[in-house]
Amino acid sequence: MTSKKTWLILSLLMITALLLAACGTPAPAVEEPVAEEPAAEEPAAEEPAEEESMEEEMEEEEPMEEMAEGFTFGIVLVGPRNDRGWSQAHAEGAEYVAANMEGAEAIIFESLNPADKPEATLEGVVDEMVAQGAQMVITTSDEFEEDTVGVAEKYPDVTFISISGDDAWADGQDAGKAPANLGNIMGRMPDMKAIAGCAAALATENGNIGYLGPLINFETRRLAASAYLGAQYCYENYAGGDPAALQFTVTWIGFWFNIPGVTLDPTEVSNNFFDTGADVIMSGIDTTEGIDVAGQRFDAGEAVWSVPYDFEAACDSKPEICLGVPYFNWGPAYLDTAMEVAGGTWTQSWQWIPPYWPDLTDNSQTPVGWINGPALTAEMQANLDTFIAGLADGSINVWEGPIVLQDGTEYIAEGAAASESETWYLPQLLDGMDGPSE
Amino acid sequence: MSRSSWLERIWPLVPVVAALLFVVFLLLGFGAEPGTALSAIIDGAFGSTDKVLSVTAFWIPLLLASIGLMVTFTAGLWNIGIEGQLAMGAIGASAVALNVNAPPYILIPLEILAAMAAGALWAAIGGVLKTRGKVHEIFSGLALTNLAIILTNYLISGPWQPPEGGSFRGTAPFQDAALFPRLLESRFSPLTLILTLIALAVVAVMLSNTFWGLKLKALGKNPKSAFLLGVSSERETIYAMMFCGALAGLGGAVRVLSWFDSLRQSISGGIGFLALLVVMLAAYRLLWVPFIAFFFSAVLNGSITLQLRTQLHSSLGGILTGVLVLFVLLFGEYKKLGFRREPPETPAEVSHE
Repeated sequence: MTSKKTWLILSLLMITALLLAACGTPAPAVEEPVAEEPAAEEPAAEEPAEEESMEEEMEEEEPMEEMAEGFTFGIVLVGPRNDRGWSQAHAEGAEYVAANMEGAEAIIFESLNPADKPEATLEGVVDEMVAQGAQMVITTSDEFEEDTVGVAEKYPDVTFISISGDDAWADGQDAGKAPANLGNIMGRMPDMKAIAGCAAALATENGNIGYLGPLINFETRRLAASAYLGAQYCYENYAGGDPAALQFTVTWIGFWFNIPGVTLDPTEVSNNFFDTGADVIMSGIDTTEGIDVAGQRFDAGEAVWSVPYDFEAACDSKPEICLGVPYFNWGPAYLDTAMEVAGGTWTQSWQWIPPYWPDLTDNSQTPVGWINGPALTAEMQANLDTFIAGLADGSINVWEGPIVLQDGTEYIAEGAAASESETWYLPQLLDGMDGPSE
Repeated sequence: MSRSSWLERIWPLVPVVAALLFVVFLLLGFGAEPGTALSAIIDGAFGSTDKVLSVTAFWIPLLLASIGLMVTFTAGLWNIGIEGQLAMGAIGASAVALNVNAPPYILIPLEILAAMAAGALWAAIGGVLKTRGKVHEIFSGLALTNLAIILTNYLISGPWQPPEGGSFRGTAPFQDAALFPRLLESRFSPLTLILTLIALAVVAVMLSNTFWGLKLKALGKNPKSAFLLGVSSERETIYAMMFCGALAGLGGAVRVLSWFDSLRQSISGGIGFLALLVVMLAAYRLLWVPFIAFFFSAVLNGSITLQLRTQLHSSLGGILTGVLVLFVLLFGEYKKLGFRREPPETPAEVSHE
């Protein structure tokens, strides 16, 4: 029968692969636990027994081994680790821990999203990280929030940190959802966005600012609104403009970055902002189109500015028009958490960590930062410094009432300050902002 | 066994070995230990029950799409649009899962029907465009795939977005009754394996033992003379596309109802394109398809472990499978090299060349 021979060839194929793999292994050269090899090499009959012993050994041996040798943690990225944006900031945070904590070792998994890796799941990745001895796993996307709850329940002895999530927040909408070994960390970016908005308002000559938004959710509404509030404050108090006349337009492209045919093209949106009278573009997306387009306009002789986002060195692509950049710096928070987990003192928390106000560029301290851009004039710089000082000592709070939602309902009453949860769960854009709220 | 037939039997291994060697050199070039890398892949695929189940769960939709492609390839069609047909199947199943409230024994068959119908319809558009509009199926297939992806994104960020607002991740999880029953909390549902085996058997019988299968073969080998002999190329083309689309659609249902629990962006994520490679690597032989597909699934799943253990880029698995196909195509002309005795086509062997 031909089919018999086909089988034969296929089994040969598999055996060749197995043999090649086996021959190439000179000995368990790396720090892999001993038990792992046999299961791979013997298919069929003996498998169940081998697996059991493997699982047992892994359960018993690894934690002890790791405790003695150091601290292993995993970090799961949604994008590539060198995206010059969100994911790179996390990867650098993990490297910061590895560099500043003795014996710490980071296992980084990048690009976990169904378009890049249809075969990978958060659970599968975490299984592997735990098998390698990870005592802490950080999942760094909104997209992983739900699945992180699942793996945290599966591995109660491992600490999970879900970035930007709210499951572990006692006052949050998802309170009670997180098992005790799951915490949340987020940097208080709205403060930096307010500074960014202030810089934009100080620079604009015609009172017209464009905000390049990603997709619409609580986080992005919160950040766009914060930028607007900062802009409004500075436009009124420093630039001497009428805050009601300040035009602030938000255009959502539909995702964190451009996907041709799916999202609006951020380059086109940026050009459109300038064509319709804006002279400053603030970016809320992961990529650099805002500053790129502004740079081209500048080269063509137009007086325009830009405020990029996310990545510390984002001004580099066109310093002449860059007013500054708000960015994330995860290292210190990750290091603190890693120390606590390793020392056994970690307890569940939802942390929305404020910036280190004395120095917003001190990357050993601050979870979110602001870097002044070369395009700030001395006068703008002085005003911006006053604004930052006001935020730092609490004399200025842009989230103080009256704050009115886009549909006209009052959100924060005159004289009251928005609570954490009111800021976090902002239901709409604000009165005075142009652009859809959902 | 004659010498030439022995050579012919062993020949398929040559590109495999060549591809493995290529990857080994690639690894050495990166300063990585090939043995460690390969054992990481193997361990990642078969190291535990969970892993084997995960490999199996990923294998099912890949296999369904590959089986479907056997039909279109037999009819001489390049059904590149299979990726979109998978996505449409996922959308069809999701539409039922989100909008119908019923016990599982009603809901699940409904979802399967909707998925297969959606995939078949999407494929039929490609078929009609080819026969009526003279648009080659490769071009319409690419366009229709993009449309299906855009439609998915529209649905999850628009009408089907979760109550807490769109994050572009996907819809809210479906009701439990809508999901395929899964084994041991894995993503693998034995039901889908049964359906896939049925599909495999149906296609095997159909291609080798039915008049329709013969017509498709005639169409694939020479459409003009098939037409002259009375095979309606228009009808068979559309039917073949729809048959493939239905199986791909079922694969899409497996993605949403057992791999995930909701409709996600990039729900197929290239499984359709991967299936094209599987079928090419199998040299269009149906019997090989399940094994090759399983091999692909194992390598890709193993690559996750590879990245985690060695911090090598996990696209290495993709490189291995891609190179494999490339080498098979390169060496694939072996029949022209003169080793081949010319046996009468055995009916048990579904072959299309």
